[in-house]
Amino acid sequence: MKLAAALDVPRRRPEWLRLKLPSFIALLVLWQVAAMLIADPALFPTPLITLETGYRHLVTGELLFSLAMTLARVMVAFLLAMVIGSAIGIALGRSQPADAIFGGWLSIALNMPALVTIVLCYVWFGLTETAAIVAVTINKAPTVAAIMREGARALDRQLLEAVEVFKVSRWKVLRYVVLPQLAPSFIASARAGLALTWKIVLVVELLGRPNGIGFQIRTFFNYFDIAGILAYSLAFIAIVLAIESFIVQPLERRTGRWRTV
Amino acid sequence: MIGIRLEGITRRFSEKTVLQEISLAIEPGSFVTVVGPSGVGKTTLLRIIAGLDRGFEGRVAWSEARQPRIGMVFQEPRLVPWLSVIDNLLLIATPAQRAEALALLDLVELPGSADALPRQLSGGMQRRVALARALLAKPDLLLLDEPLISLDSTRAERLRARLAAFWQAERPTIILVTHDLTEAIALSSRVIALAPETGRIALDRSIPLPHPRHMTDPAEAALLGELRDLARNWPAPAHPPGDGAEEREGATGLRLLTI
Repeated sequence: MKLAAALDVPRRRPEWLRLKLPSFIALLVLWQVAAMLIADPALFPTPLITLETGYRHLVTGELLFSLAMTLARVMVAFLLAMVIGSAIGIALGRSQPADAIFGGWLSIALNMPALVTIVLCYVWFGLTETAAIVAVTINKAPTVAAIMREGARALDRQLLEAVEVFKVSRWKVLRYVVLPQLAPSFIASARAGLALTWKIVLVVELLGRPNGIGFQIRTFFNYFDIAGILAYSLAFIAIVLAIESFIVQPLERRTGRWRTV
Repeated sequence: MIGIRLEGITRRFSEKTVLQEISLAIEPGSFVTVVGPSGVGKTTLLRIIAGLDRGFEGRVAWSEARQPRIGMVFQEPRLVPWLSVIDNLLLIATPAQRAEALALLDLVELPGSADALPRQLSGGMQRRVALARALLAKPDLLLLDEPLISLDSTRAERLRARLAAFWQAERPTIILVTHDLTEAIALSSRVIALAPETGRIALDRSIPLPHPRHMTDPAEAALLGELRDLARNWPAPAHPPGDGAEEREGATGLRLLTI
């Protein structure tokens, strides 16, 4: 920047201002035009109507409460899935016999439709919070396990042998040798996990919880309130994108530094 | 000091037998050099002793009930790429050994490189860090797989002298694998040559000569001649690729050594 100024080179505007913002505005315009063409606000509300609906629910506190409930479920299920999935993935990646025996189970779990797990959990455990969290965790953990298994398989064997010969403590091996190698897999599974978890949470709420974004969407569906559906969905997307931008991406950059330096 | 007894060690890799019925008693505090052509099983033997290869037949027994403290230099440096040189050393030690680790970096002629990352060092420099790491472990048993291979000859000779001095002062049991017959005779108290194809011991000689050795003693010259006769039929050695920054030594070149 300083060099550019010194050389009197015209500064280019940042990418988000040049490309991303106009592209976002274009999407809004497209939405507006489509709504005007359809000309049925109940079926396809304009961006402004959606915004108004969102604002109305915001001031009553309903939107924030629903967001908080859904976010809480997402976070608990996400953390459980990361811990359980990572442990299973590392165990399978480090032990060939374990992978040979249980790898098939993981394949089944990966291909199990989310809806089946959710329905079964509600049938077995009742329409409870525990059932909801367990269902989301069971859906998400296999994806984490599969990604972590690949990471654990790719651990540098030569380094592990070296620390084995020198009898380095398990904690030091984990902290300085294993985790830095697993960090990219961990971040990849967290990213994939976050996107998947909140979508499953909405289904779980829609099928059997008395609050949250998913529950609200079902209510709006019953009343044919499309603006409500869009307003709540967009609000939640905004929250997830904020988590991605302000938590996941900075974390990714930090773990990248940790590994290379 | 720890002694090792190998009893009927045989190692097969699918169809190929690399080691066959190797039985050896290695005295505590001895310096044994294992020579032989590439692929004869020298590294495999070290890996079996280190406990890294468990797919062998036979038995490895220690002279003491406890497991030995092992220091090892592998064919590759095997340094953790994201840790600095000093952190690589302290990974196998305690923070209190920092001064000792820095002194060992001086010993291997790497002063001022403590904060460098392995990738900032040449291949030969990384091997010297690996040697410092093995010494820092205060080993009862030091396993060295061609530790000086990609170093320039004068530096290699200085490090050889320091290795010999370390052995005489601390008396760990050392097993050195090398292609360099002169190095074997100059350093060790016993030379073992493995035979190609059969995977058996072709020669086992004690060298009860004092240090320093100048390679002018008739007994040393005779043993070197005997080893060279043996090596005449060996296939050419295949060295691991060097970094080009440091000169590689001739495998069986005769030099005047002062150790």
